[in-house]
Amino acid sequence: MSEFEPKIVAFVCNWCTYAGADLAGTSRTQYASNVRIVRFPCTGRIDFMLLMKAFENGADGVIVSGCHPNDCHYTSGNFHARRRWIVFRSILDLIGFDTDRITFSWVSAAEGKKWANLVDEVTDKIKAKGPFTDLDKLDGVQLKELYDEAITK
Amino acid sequence: MARIGVFICHCGENISATVDVAKVAEEAAKMPGVAYAMDYKYMCSDPGQTKIIEAIKEHKLTGIVVGACSPRMHEATFRKAAEKGGINPFLCEIANLREQVSWVHPRTEATTRKAIDIVRTIVNKVSKDTPLFPIKVPVTKTALVIGGGIAGIQAALDIANAGHQVIMVEKSPSIGGHMSQLSETFPTLDCSQCILTPRMVEVAQHPNITLHTFAEVESVSGFVGNFDVKVRLKARSVDMSKCTGCGTCWQKCPSKKIPDEFNAGLSYRTAIYSPFPQAVPNKPVIDRANCNYFQKGKCGICKKVCPAGAIDYEMEDEIIDIKVGAIVTATGFDIKHTDFFPEYGYGEFKDVIDGLQFERLASASGPTSGEIRRPSDGKIPEKIVFLACSGSRDKAKGIEYCSKICCMYTAKHAMLYKHKHHEGNAYVFYMDIRSAGKNYDEFVRRAIEEDDVHYIRGRVSRIYEKDGKLIVKGVDTLMNAEPVEIEADMVVLATAVVANPDAESVAQKMHISYDKHHFFAEAHPKLRPVETNTAGIMLAGACQTAKDIPDTVSQASAAASKIMGLFSSDEMTREPVVAVVNRCMPPLFTTCTGCLLCLEVCPYHAIEREEIKDRRTGEILKVAAKVNAGLCQGCGTCVAFCRNKSIDLQGFSNQQMLSEVVALLNKPF
Repeated sequence: MSEFEPKIVAFVCNWCTYAGADLAGTSRTQYASNVRIVRFPCTGRIDFMLLMKAFENGADGVIVSGCHPNDCHYTSGNFHARRRWIVFRSILDLIGFDTDRITFSWVSAAEGKKWANLVDEVTDKIKAKGPFTDLDKLDGVQLKELYDEAITK
Repeated sequence: MARIGVFICHCGENISATVDVAKVAEEAAKMPGVAYAMDYKYMCSDPGQTKIIEAIKEHKLTGIVVGACSPRMHEATFRKAAEKGGINPFLCEIANLREQVSWVHPRTEATTRKAIDIVRTIVNKVSKDTPLFPIKVPVTKTALVIGGGIAGIQAALDIANAGHQVIMVEKSPSIGGHMSQLSETFPTLDCSQCILTPRMVEVAQHPNITLHTFAEVESVSGFVGNFDVKVRLKARSVDMSKCTGCGTCWQKCPSKKIPDEFNAGLSYRTAIYSPFPQAVPNKPVIDRANCNYFQKGKCGICKKVCPAGAIDYEMEDEIIDIKVGAIVTATGFDIKHTDFFPEYGYGEFKDVIDGLQFERLASASGPTSGEIRRPSDGKIPEKIVFLACSGSRDKAKGIEYCSKICCMYTAKHAMLYKHKHHEGNAYVFYMDIRSAGKNYDEFVRRAIEEDDVHYIRGRVSRIYEKDGKLIVKGVDTLMNAEPVEIEADMVVLATAVVANPDAESVAQKMHISYDKHHFFAEAHPKLRPVETNTAGIMLAGACQTAKDIPDTVSQASAAASKIMGLFSSDEMTREPVVAVVNRCMPPLFTTCTGCLLCLEVCPYHAIEREEIKDRRTGEILKVAAKVNAGLCQGCGTCVAFCRNKSIDLQGFSNQQMLSEVVALLNKPF
């Protein structure tokens, strides 16, 4: 039985973290291959419902990362994302969602090493937690089936 | 049905060394919507691009995915190739297989799986792509220059000489700014007015420049290429068309005890005044707050004596509307005054002065005709102490930054004094000497070595008066921190350069951002140093940060050249990555409910309130948001905020992002 390999989706902004991930590449910094990046223009663009979609589709962990405060290419998008995360997190907490599966971070275009470390840390953390099965637990309520049906339409 | 082509690049061995590229192409060919897939050694090379172009034609592709290096590297290259092949460039997307796969992972199956996942994601995104077309916006080829200091003058002349119209707005009665107050300039010691005043005259006489002095910008709306600006022409109380500038009025004016701003408060002016002899325009204004006629209703002498009948007490502020395509913000700076320093006497010691006051004392056009005399008793000082870093680099005073110009002008002041009074003694207290710049350090060395200015490295804790002398208590940190006490006749504080008091309100009118010290923020500290985050508004001079004259002039010319670039065509094209509010048939018109939350969060003020009206009756049927594509920069903040998904970002639409997420996850990692 092979070791559990978590699926991690990273929602990143184009100007800082995506460039930081590129820098990790150009400086050949090795990191876990469990992460898949979805590129947004800005963290302010990220609709947090997409994070839920990721979990519903089988993600075990999610990273949201953008420019450091005050470095946003669009002046204030990262602040909006941060606020949205603060509100969103408390809602998730309320419904009993394990918010540790979502990691919010700032990685600048100069922080290739930080990006690599972030991915490794999150991968280890999610590995320790095991697969995300909360949705499977919704036994009897055919929510997942209903959802699968809706998404394949 | 989409017909997508997938092109996997080996990048020499950069990708193929760790990713099984043939396998990726093979798997890609099986993905839904993919009509063709291949791999090639160098996709970005000429033969590689030709392969893409040929494949588009041969397989009638509707979109392409290139699995190669980062989109930041070659997205533009491949989009051009796609266009050559005959498909919309925005239907070409890049799967980043080098920076984010092959260079960061070893050669394992998992690495190839990740590459396949990424390709699948991007294929899915392309299948949801729609053709986008660059946005064309007309350009009004007139520039507005706010501020008539050296920055504004330089920018205005550059733009006007390129053949474009310029409107200059200056809040004081004359252009010239702080530079016109300076005596001589470092590092050449040439007279400031001698080099500046010809430029001022050039501005006034230039056929392409319209000059509004004693005027302020009221409001700015619109967007790059199409700004609508309201300018308030303050009531001068003098009819500019009749006035000849003869000066009879200010010679006869009885209110003579008003501190003269131009001489930094060292002399007095009248209530009707022209700020200085070389003022442009050299026609007076009435300072109503200090005029007997306006305050007490009696006097009217100027009106009686004016030979041209130009005095008009009834004149009112006038607001004019102008249309401009671009704006240069060159509103300049201010300095801290001596009253900011309790340890140096709260500005109560008359002979403790600031740098600008010293400039006026040393200037041939100043209150002492260039003789350096004490403001208190008019005596020639035998000992002057200069304090560099007065306020600057001092956290306790809330000014952490270096004011940049003080080291140089303090050396200049000490030199000017020594040149005029060879027997005098000049002392400079400093923290560090920052004299980077062409011929700058040589200049400071000249002050120390040739002109015998005593430089003491240390700070001054206190200044107090004793027997008509100013006792300066400081410390010499290069002499074991030994206390130093100098009995000076005069002290000059090189006070910190600060933003103009009205900088914040100016920034708010212009919708540009500013830092915590109220200096205006550039779009990028290194790569876009003259643009602001609002497209079409440029910065020049010390309104951005403390700057000397050469830097100011360089930046002003840079701002001008940016504007000339903008004005080089009748229309400008913009990337179509902008937000759009959906539209549909009446009676719904749009799903937007007009909550206008997007308007609140948009950092670019690109969202407007739109009233959808009945064409015949004019009745308002619905209120909705509308995106101004000229202003939108495509951040998408509004999209995430929209409660019912009525606004979407072209190129990063909700559907595209969702399809990416779904595609990523339908295979094990």
